[in-house]
Amino acid sequence: MNIYEQALSNRRATWFTVTIFILFFVAIGIGFDFHYGAGAGIPIFTIIALAFGVISSYIGYYYGDKLILSSTHARELDLNDPKQRQWQNVMEEMSIASGIALPKTFIIDDPDPNAFATGRDPGHSSVVVTKGLLEELNRDELQGVAAHEMSHIKNFDIRLMLLLAVLIGSIALVSDWARRSLFYGSRRRSNKSGNSGPVALIILAIWLIAVILAPLISQLLAMFVSRRREFLADASGAELTRNPLALASALEKLDAHSQPTRSINQGTAHLCICDPKGRALGAHEGRVANLFATHPPINKRIEALKQMAYLK
Amino acid sequence: MMLWILLAVLAVLVLWVIAAYNSLISLKNQVLNGWKQIDVQLKRRHDLIPNLIETVKGVMKFEQSTLTQVIEARNKAISAQGIAEKAAQENMLSGALRQLFALVENYPNLKANENVTKLQEELVSTENRIGFSRQFYNDIATKFNIAQQVFPTNIIVGIFSFKAAELFEITEPSEREVPKVDLNLE
Repeated sequence: MNIYEQALSNRRATWFTVTIFILFFVAIGIGFDFHYGAGAGIPIFTIIALAFGVISSYIGYYYGDKLILSSTHARELDLNDPKQRQWQNVMEEMSIASGIALPKTFIIDDPDPNAFATGRDPGHSSVVVTKGLLEELNRDELQGVAAHEMSHIKNFDIRLMLLLAVLIGSIALVSDWARRSLFYGSRRRSNKSGNSGPVALIILAIWLIAVILAPLISQLLAMFVSRRREFLADASGAELTRNPLALASALEKLDAHSQPTRSINQGTAHLCICDPKGRALGAHEGRVANLFATHPPINKRIEALKQMAYLK
Repeated sequence: MMLWILLAVLAVLVLWVIAAYNSLISLKNQVLNGWKQIDVQLKRRHDLIPNLIETVKGVMKFEQSTLTQVIEARNKAISAQGIAEKAAQENMLSGALRQLFALVENYPNLKANENVTKLQEELVSTENRIGFSRQFYNDIATKFNIAQQVFPTNIIVGIFSFKAAELFEITEPSEREVPKVDLNLE
């Protein structure tokens, strides 16, 4: 798959994700209406849930990047600092090489090296690095990282990832809230004379399971989506710098730091260049470890990059 | 009936000519834009060099010949016309600058100077930008040239007299040398 096909498939996947997400909210709303009985003949919970789904998708699309930036306490670069100046220069070089507009650049005060890109399209994008990354990597390696992030931007990975991040957050919120109010509600309800037949009970059970599993499933989905995209971003990044080994050595350095990137929380993990949870997942290659990882094992990525340089 | 078929074929033909012509025009403009990008970066380099010379000339009095070489190369590069000549002069300038930076390594107090390191970073970045904009330009120019040469678009190219885009090539003989490759596979 090349970068243009990837961009197209990302746009489709974004629509698909948003649709599923809104359907999920509608399902929760229907469940509530079903459970409590529609007041005055209007499916009030369904309408509220639908509105919530649409509004949070809208906010995610247009303001999600700002939410993520402020949640990680990212601030703008200080161009008088030589290292930050160098990073800004490297980003400008990569914007020239990729032929897309220069993203806004931000920094986080975190000693653990990591980086991510976010935004909705190449014209509205931001790239964030930690202070640790700038201190740890040399110029060529920084260039490799910048090219990797540029590729995420160019092929619209950022849009899909951004929506996933926002949607995971609100799904977790709503499902948690629904679960609690439901258990409370059903206890109160069982005091009254129940008029629900076995069919209704089964529907309720399925619905309950969906509500409970939704956060987990959405998280798994984000991980799956992000894992597949890292290899392509590595490859098209190397195509920009024509220097796959620099990115490989950057990844090796990132891998050597197994402590977590504290300022990046669970919901945004799948945006980063390497797993911020620092669970040293690179070492495990079992099916289960792969399933729960937001990133492919880092040594596989390094190997693929070295193959591009004809070293293997 | 025959007339209708003929008309339909003609309509398809006209539509195809329009589409092919428009895509060529779009590529041509991308090539022009790519060239402008190189120009912007070259200008940036030309503007940085006087600063650099000003900063190092006090300490590097004994390297006068290298300094004049850089200045001369810069002036020649500024006045160069046409893609081929520009490419040649800019490559000379790159060579002169590389020599200068190699000499800077011999002066520890220059290397420690904050202004020099700053300028060095800016010039390294500019060299890279020139390289990447050249890469971008050559990629898009090649795409434009291929689009002109493939059949049947090449017929249109003849009619509307499109010209092949010149690539920004390395002309310095030393950079042309084939690297020695050891093919002994063990």
